[in-house]
Amino acid sequence: MKLQVSNLNSHYGPAHILYDVGLEIGAGEVVALLGRNGAGKSTTFRSIVGLVPQRAGTVMFDGADVSRLPTYEIVRRGLGYVPEDRRIFSHLTVEENFEVGRQAPRPGVATWTPDMLYKLFPNLGEMRKRPGGQMSGGEQQMLTIGRTLMGNPSLVLLDEPSEGLAPKIVEQMADAILAMKGEGLSVVISEQNLHFAKLISDRAYIIEKGRIRFSGTIADLEANPEIRDAYLAV
Amino acid sequence: MEFLLVQALSGLASAASLFLVASGLSIIFGVTRIVNFAHGAFYMLGAYVAYTLTTRFAGPFGFWGAIVAAAIIVALLGALMEMVLLRRIYQAPELFQLLATFGVTLMVQDLVVVIWGPEDLLGPRAPGFTGAISLFGRMVPTYDLFMMTLGPVVLGILWLLFHKTRWGVLVRAATQDREMVAALGVNQKWLFTGVFALGVFLAALGGALQIPRTTVTHAMDLSIIVEVFVVVVIGGLGSVFGAFVAAIIVAELNAFGILILPQISLITVFLVMAVVLVVRPWGLFGKPESAPRAAAGLTIRPWRPFTQVERAGVALVVVAVAALPFFLGNYALTVGAEILIYVLFAASLHFMMTVGGLASFGHAAYFGLGAYGAAFLVKYMGAPMEAALIVGPLLGLAGAVLFGWFCVRLSGVYFAMLTLAFAQIAWSIAFQWVDVTGGDNGLLGIWPATWASRPAGFFWLALGIAVVGVGVLRMLVFSPFGYGLRAVRDSALRSEAIGLNRQRMQWAAFIVAGTFAGLAGALFAFLKGSVFPDYMAIPTSVDGLVMVLLGGVETVSGAVVGAVLYKALAIWLMSQTDLSKLVLGGVIVVIVLAFPKGVVGFIEDLRHRWPRKGNGATVGATKAEAA
Repeated sequence: MKLQVSNLNSHYGPAHILYDVGLEIGAGEVVALLGRNGAGKSTTFRSIVGLVPQRAGTVMFDGADVSRLPTYEIVRRGLGYVPEDRRIFSHLTVEENFEVGRQAPRPGVATWTPDMLYKLFPNLGEMRKRPGGQMSGGEQQMLTIGRTLMGNPSLVLLDEPSEGLAPKIVEQMADAILAMKGEGLSVVISEQNLHFAKLISDRAYIIEKGRIRFSGTIADLEANPEIRDAYLAV
Repeated sequence: MEFLLVQALSGLASAASLFLVASGLSIIFGVTRIVNFAHGAFYMLGAYVAYTLTTRFAGPFGFWGAIVAAAIIVALLGALMEMVLLRRIYQAPELFQLLATFGVTLMVQDLVVVIWGPEDLLGPRAPGFTGAISLFGRMVPTYDLFMMTLGPVVLGILWLLFHKTRWGVLVRAATQDREMVAALGVNQKWLFTGVFALGVFLAALGGALQIPRTTVTHAMDLSIIVEVFVVVVIGGLGSVFGAFVAAIIVAELNAFGILILPQISLITVFLVMAVVLVVRPWGLFGKPESAPRAAAGLTIRPWRPFTQVERAGVALVVVAVAALPFFLGNYALTVGAEILIYVLFAASLHFMMTVGGLASFGHAAYFGLGAYGAAFLVKYMGAPMEAALIVGPLLGLAGAVLFGWFCVRLSGVYFAMLTLAFAQIAWSIAFQWVDVTGGDNGLLGIWPATWASRPAGFFWLALGIAVVGVGVLRMLVFSPFGYGLRAVRDSALRSEAIGLNRQRMQWAAFIVAGTFAGLAGALFAFLKGSVFPDYMAIPTSVDGLVMVLLGGVETVSGAVVGAVLYKALAIWLMSQTDLSKLVLGGVIVVIVLAFPKGVVGFIEDLRHRWPRKGNGATVGATKAEAA
């Protein structure tokens, strides 16, 4: 098992957000974490990488418990995180954003270079010197994914990669995620958009009000429209 | 014409050191969000260490080696301070960080005197730059020319460092979003330490490079820090280029201001700063702060007025204090009156700081203005004490109206720095305008009326005024104005959405606080029988801050308790040790680290741990405490 999360409970101040969340991600798998706005998807990801101070539970990554480690150490072990709101460094150029994400090559994992990323996201190759703040939403989404890949992760948590993007860019995102899978990476994406998730995922979890409500293959989910209607339909 | 050019060149030479120190402060703030008050202390240490290295150990290093070595040694000290002290308080409210670094400043001031002695020291000239060359028929020291070129060179080096090295790129990224940098696998701890060391290195280098130009004194820390605050307020906190431009502006204004208004040269700088703040509140090259943290934020426990029982308790305490003159001697009563005056001063600061969320680092200005107001009335108009006590504080009010108008345009650390700068300006006016204020000699012979001339009588007078003043301030806390003020403090946006005018309310709070501080100051003038510029100096402002902090920033009555404890402790310490600043600085650091909620906050915590029956607020408070 690449990543194993069990009994994850998180709080923001007095508010209890996650209740005993458990996830299991195998090596090379693409798994979707589905749920509505406010269901706890982003908090799950932020808790896994240690960005939520009040959290309890275990996070096993590559067989080691990382739940007590500071964020930067978790990330350095190859657990990449792409935040929902992209959080690119708007005063830094594309190249410089990549530089911030760069980590030493890791044995047994694909090593990314800016040139590889420019191939994956041709748009970025044309604006290497442009400050991140002067890019479109789609370009920023490519940049934030590329920036995380520069850390040569073996697993990437991708928080809502299709949010607010034009259909054409969403397709490009799907291609990029499949390319990551092709390099042997595990990918966990959080999504509200079932159609997008179906395109790329092997399995899916559904989270609602901080609890995991469903776990199964995409085919299982297709076969049970009542689950989809109960937890995903708007 | 030639004279003006030479004057401009001299200004450029002074700009270099100012730029070095200000850019260091800016870089540190950008990444750590800490305004390092101790930056002036590091500047001074740089000069002292460079003095020792160049005079005693010039052999192994040579002059220039000694200058760089001094800056490196001080930078290591700065890194040590970051690791031992600041790492523990990055999450604390800004006020605590400012106070902690101020505590260090105080300790360094005494340590410098212990190590290097109280005399001014004269360092060696820089080899190769000892002479002067003739420019436009006037002699310009070659060292000034060297300093002039140094500024742009350092700016260029810093630009290369921040744009062409991985470390610099990481620093710029962290300036924008620290959490994201950590989420990309960067260990922020060492990044912070490195940034801090670099900032301190620049400050120390600025100090070390001063030794061929001026003497090394143990007052150079406060004089530079105020100018540096002005520079970063004008240039924009966090912007190195802004620091460069603003350092030149300020240095040139100083160079020419002395020609136009030799009496009050700081006025020109003040005017420019005022204009910049009105047009661009975040400075010429700064960026608006996204979400300034309010001074409050440690606990959320609803305030409530006194119950009947508590009111009776307070009345009992007042009666007991009023009976003290029957038991105490004259010296103790004079000390008691001083403590009472500081109770009122601390309560006025508490009102704007805790209730208004405006942490002022220059509250002494209004204390001092009130004192001068009373003294002017007595000296120049022959007014009796009673009239002077009523009219004198109006000068404090006037100062608060004027300075407050500018200050409330800012918030957080900008507000704190600006209040400090205004207080220093008020101080320098009192210090330099000898014809009116008597300058350093002060105004003497401000004696109370006959009935209050005995210590007991004055004690009762001070008690009466303090009780009424604190009572009025407390009533204001629980008035609609007080509620509005707290709403504005907690969420400026939401309170504006319900129709509260943030700036006007905070301005009003500023004026109320300034007036009561002025009243305390007027009383203080009669207690001492004299007025000096030092009443407005930074230590008085910080005394007030420590009193509020010691009592508990987030309590209603903390200021009173804190003032009594602190003033008594300070007066006792003065009589016990010559190194009072060292001890005081240490006390401040310890309070910030170990006692962040203050004495009253600590007691309230204990009380709420064992909730009593019928206390409706407890359930909500306990819940909120989990935050």
